[in-house]
Amino acid sequence: MSQQGSPERPNTAPRATGQHPEQRDRPAGRRSSQGIRIDPQAEATHEPRRTTISALVRHEPGVLAEVSGLVSRRQFNIESLTVGSTTNPETARITLVIDEPEPGVRQVERQLAKLRPVISVGELDDDEVRRELVVLKVHGDRPGDVRAVTEMYDGTTLDAGPRTITVEITGDEQTIDDAIDAFAQFGIRELARTGHTALARGATWTTPDEQERYEKQRGSEGAQ
Amino acid sequence: MSERTSTSNEQRYRRRTDGEATEPPGETTAATEREPPTDAEAAETTSTEPTDSTGDDEPADTAVGARPTGAQATVAALEAAGVEHVFGVQGGAIMPVYDALYDADPYHVTMAHEQGAAHAADAYGQVTGRPGVCMATSGPGATNLVTGIADANMDSDPMVALTGQVPTEFVGNDAFQETDTVGVTRPITKTNFFAGEADTVGATVGEALAIAASGRPGPTLVDLPKDVTTGETTRRPQPADEPVTEDPPAADEESVARAARALAEADRPLILSGGGVTKGDASAELRAFATEFGIPVTTTMPGIGTFPEDEDLSLSWAGMHGTGYANMAISHTDCLLAVGTRFDDRLTGGIETFAPDAEVVHVDIDPAEISKNVHADYPLVGDAGTVLDQLDAALPDAFETAGRSPDDYEEWRQSCTDWKAEYPLTYATPDDEPLKPQFVVEATDELTPDDTLVTTGVGQHQMWAAQFWTYTEPRTYISSHGLGTMGYGLPAAIGAKVAAPDRDVVCFDGDGSFLMTLQELAVAVRENLDITVVVLNNEAIGMVRQWQDAFFEGRRMASEYPWVPDFASLAEAFGAKGFTLSEYDDTADTLRAAIEYDGPSVVDAHVDPAENVYPMVPSGGDNCQFALSEDQL
Repeated sequence: MSQQGSPERPNTAPRATGQHPEQRDRPAGRRSSQGIRIDPQAEATHEPRRTTISALVRHEPGVLAEVSGLVSRRQFNIESLTVGSTTNPETARITLVIDEPEPGVRQVERQLAKLRPVISVGELDDDEVRRELVVLKVHGDRPGDVRAVTEMYDGTTLDAGPRTITVEITGDEQTIDDAIDAFAQFGIRELARTGHTALARGATWTTPDEQERYEKQRGSEGAQ
Repeated sequence: MSERTSTSNEQRYRRRTDGEATEPPGETTAATEREPPTDAEAAETTSTEPTDSTGDDEPADTAVGARPTGAQATVAALEAAGVEHVFGVQGGAIMPVYDALYDADPYHVTMAHEQGAAHAADAYGQVTGRPGVCMATSGPGATNLVTGIADANMDSDPMVALTGQVPTEFVGNDAFQETDTVGVTRPITKTNFFAGEADTVGATVGEALAIAASGRPGPTLVDLPKDVTTGETTRRPQPADEPVTEDPPAADEESVARAARALAEADRPLILSGGGVTKGDASAELRAFATEFGIPVTTTMPGIGTFPEDEDLSLSWAGMHGTGYANMAISHTDCLLAVGTRFDDRLTGGIETFAPDAEVVHVDIDPAEISKNVHADYPLVGDAGTVLDQLDAALPDAFETAGRSPDDYEEWRQSCTDWKAEYPLTYATPDDEPLKPQFVVEATDELTPDDTLVTTGVGQHQMWAAQFWTYTEPRTYISSHGLGTMGYGLPAAIGAKVAAPDRDVVCFDGDGSFLMTLQELAVAVRENLDITVVVLNNEAIGMVRQWQDAFFEGRRMASEYPWVPDFASLAEAFGAKGFTLSEYDDTADTLRAAIEYDGPSVVDAHVDPAENVYPMVPSGGDNCQFALSEDQL
């Protein structure tokens, strides 16, 4: 208050005034746990959906820790996270497969975009080109059968010896799952999956800023 | 950060740049002396004037016979950005940077504890809108900053932390006083850096300062290994460019028009003004907009003061301990214009019952806040003041199209007025009960000017300071909102006073909060800072005691402090002035004496230990079902 007078002790007054909480007018509406107003006519529910997010990032120390830290501290449901270099030594690509309801998908994109090393983020559509690789090692006592299954899955034999055979299969997630089932009959000793990596199909760019960056890089290479 | 502040940063940078560019070519002697160009030029001055600008073109005395170092580049970057004050504590790994400060412009306030340095820098940032800078050594120095950095991060306060680090070759070897500071602070900074070399450290510090203040502000950190700060460099840091940000200052016009239509068609519109209005310096735009169209305004706690609480349209602040009328309005609005708020759970209560009939227009500079907690029907990404101006321009057309006018809000305004009468903030003062803390807050408000800066700890006293003080200006309620850090109040008062030496600074503290950081009194005395600490002493962590009584069957585990020190004597031992207050009749005189005392003073106000904070929306509750007493919970 502005007047710099002498503060006077207020009169004794009953503490609670106004209506009891139960008796107050309350609005009839509600929101969902995602903060979306529930329309009584058409109640929209947002089920989790699986989608791929690609992020072009600066290739610098700590970037993977930064992205994985974000995912864990914001409790995003993540199926897979892979990271690898690109044609530009200064950038790397991180591919995330997430399982989130619609608001969560946008949150993942926007929170990723805020990280300083992240250059560009995009969600891939259903038409994406997505692959996973598995290396698995089975017992070597039925080499002919192992070779037959490997060929069925267009796989490659990486190492074969009297005791073990190691093969590589590449494909979408379902193919890899099926292949693992098929190789189980030989006894799988060890197995390593890479997780998903993906690009947009056709002429579409995987993340929004990629075209501009590509052309800039090609331009500077042409100039040299 | 608002456009305005960004502009002033640019201007400050430009002034410096111009100064360099316009060096008279005729001064060949000076130029020869400066060969090769040195970083120390910016760190050169031996002047004791903190804002000295005439010394810029003088050759570097300190550079004679010695090549400039990474530490000097660090300090030069602070100077280039116009940093005038630094809060910190010395220590082994940061010593080179302190040594570079010896001859430099920024005034260093030596704090008692690194946490105090971080809170002081945070408050400095809240008051000025420019990054507060804190410094600490490696290991424990850095980890002691962590609470203050996390606090700044939650409240989007601009701050830069500079931490010493063991030499690069020892990093990862568990060397003496080594902590992975970058790793520890990654989740609680806007961004952080590990300085790699002496040649780039100046630029990195400049970038950290620029990022801290840009877009949605926040804390940044630069970890400075000792070999980098002692390493030689010939590179002179330039003022950092404005960081590239994708946050557009203005919102998309079509979205603005749609949002304006929603407001024009609403019957019960309400503005919720958040910390983004404070940070964006958009208080004037908010006042103009709300007044022109007669829309009631409530604020969040960080938004306190963005709209004057003594205006008819003001509903004061909403949320768990906000006013009943603000919470009634939130529950009943059919169009909520939320500006610069992240819809914290202490504001919304249960999300299912938050403004359930409202279409939400959400203005925020951070796109990640859109639909994070509450779905935005009309997202407007942009600077608060700019977007409010856009809405201001679009609304008349929207009214015309809808065939309506602000007069159609009259019934709603009346409802808000009725709620103000029905659910006023009150407290009782029976003769047989001790002094009420609310009265002490009101009395202090009456005895101080309107632009007084109020800082607080965290707990009951913090809520009373927010409820019973009438705020009319932004950036006057300086508190720990999101993190809720007990002990914030005293170091924050120091930071606030350093930021605004001509204004009154009052710290309301609790006995519990005060006991956490009261060693900073030594700093207030040493720096002769005229601040007044009012301890609302109820011999308990009162908010916990209140919750135990309400929700834990009165089992007061570890919440009561059966013995607290005599804070008045303690203040005197520190060299401050101590007062004790326990009677209504002495209140005005005691407070007046403390406020008038030229130096730090502490009022130990013995208040009713049984007093509770109401209204209260229980955790996860429905805003309009706030309780007015314990039996209503």
